[in-house]
Amino acid sequence: MLSLSYDLHIHSCLSPCGDNESTPCNIVGMAYVKGLDVIAVTDHNSAKNCPAAVEAAKEFGITVVCGMELTTAEEVHVLCLLPSLEKALELDEYVQKRLIKIKNDPKIFGEQLIMNSADEVSGSVENLLINAADISFCETFELLEGFGGIAIPAHIDKSANSLLSNLGFIPPDSSFKTVEVHRRSLFPDLCQTHGYLSSCRVISNSDAHYLGDINEPENFLHAEENSAEAVIEALKKPCEK
Amino acid sequence: MKTYKLFENLGYEILNKGEDRLVSGVYCCDLLSVAMSKGKENAAWVTVMSNVNTVAVCTLVDMSCIVLADGSSVDEAMLEKAKEHNVCVMRSKLPVFETAKEIFDTLNLFGDRLEEYCD
Repeated sequence: MLSLSYDLHIHSCLSPCGDNESTPCNIVGMAYVKGLDVIAVTDHNSAKNCPAAVEAAKEFGITVVCGMELTTAEEVHVLCLLPSLEKALELDEYVQKRLIKIKNDPKIFGEQLIMNSADEVSGSVENLLINAADISFCETFELLEGFGGIAIPAHIDKSANSLLSNLGFIPPDSSFKTVEVHRRSLFPDLCQTHGYLSSCRVISNSDAHYLGDINEPENFLHAEENSAEAVIEALKKPCEK
Repeated sequence: MKTYKLFENLGYEILNKGEDRLVSGVYCCDLLSVAMSKGKENAAWVTVMSNVNTVAVCTLVDMSCIVLADGSSVDEAMLEKAKEHNVCVMRSKLPVFETAKEIFDTLNLFGDRLEEYCD
């Protein structure tokens, strides 16, 4: 087993709220400087900056897991991690068809830039990406299973767009085994209120919208090897406590 | 009726004064994605959803103000955004329905022509 330092929730300049300096190349470079082993580029409802990130990562020898932060119909954010770039782009296509179509106004929400591996702007997404997709929270888990990936309820302790703030409870038929918590110190209290969480693995990511906010190598997960598939496998396993 | 007169009449707490603009109806919704496509221009938007994106959606739809119901708490980021976009944000202690009804009644009392808005 390898111990891998990770930050699996990073926004790029494709997210309207993401800083334009947060290009896929810069994110990978920053992760390398910080000494992270594995990162995930997870923009709101899109994986269109993953190709550039994967390409850039080859040069730096770190693993990029492709994914997105899906906004469910209930406006709950769910971190979606995919085993390959191809699967991530397939999910991107699936989600785009189900997103409410409203044109982005960059002056209000920010730009949604697609970058190439030479760190140049190669396009932009016209429809606003932070909207809700017509995919329910409960169906997200099976959907990701079908793509060979994993769905992880994002920042469940945050007061906006989280499982606990928007749904207010954990659906009784839930089967997820990993949750993302913003402030780990709050987790024991959350377990008191929501017993289901006691059986979950906790991961903490930066949810960085600026390069400087990317995590230091202070969180670790154990995987068979340093690859997207192995990281996803590790997060899918039942949590041993 | 305009926003400043509305909150003066109802005694709402002012979180950001913003622009004093015409209020010609009431709109209630807590899902931002729904409000984004169904919100009514010039309406007072009653919601418990308070974050930066509430202000962004209000601006996009061109609603006249945000009325946070149920004494919803706000963060600095939301107020910063409201200042930046000159959006009026006020807060009521009452739940969504009672808040909306109170605004609706006040608009009627002052002879605003809601039927035109409702068409």
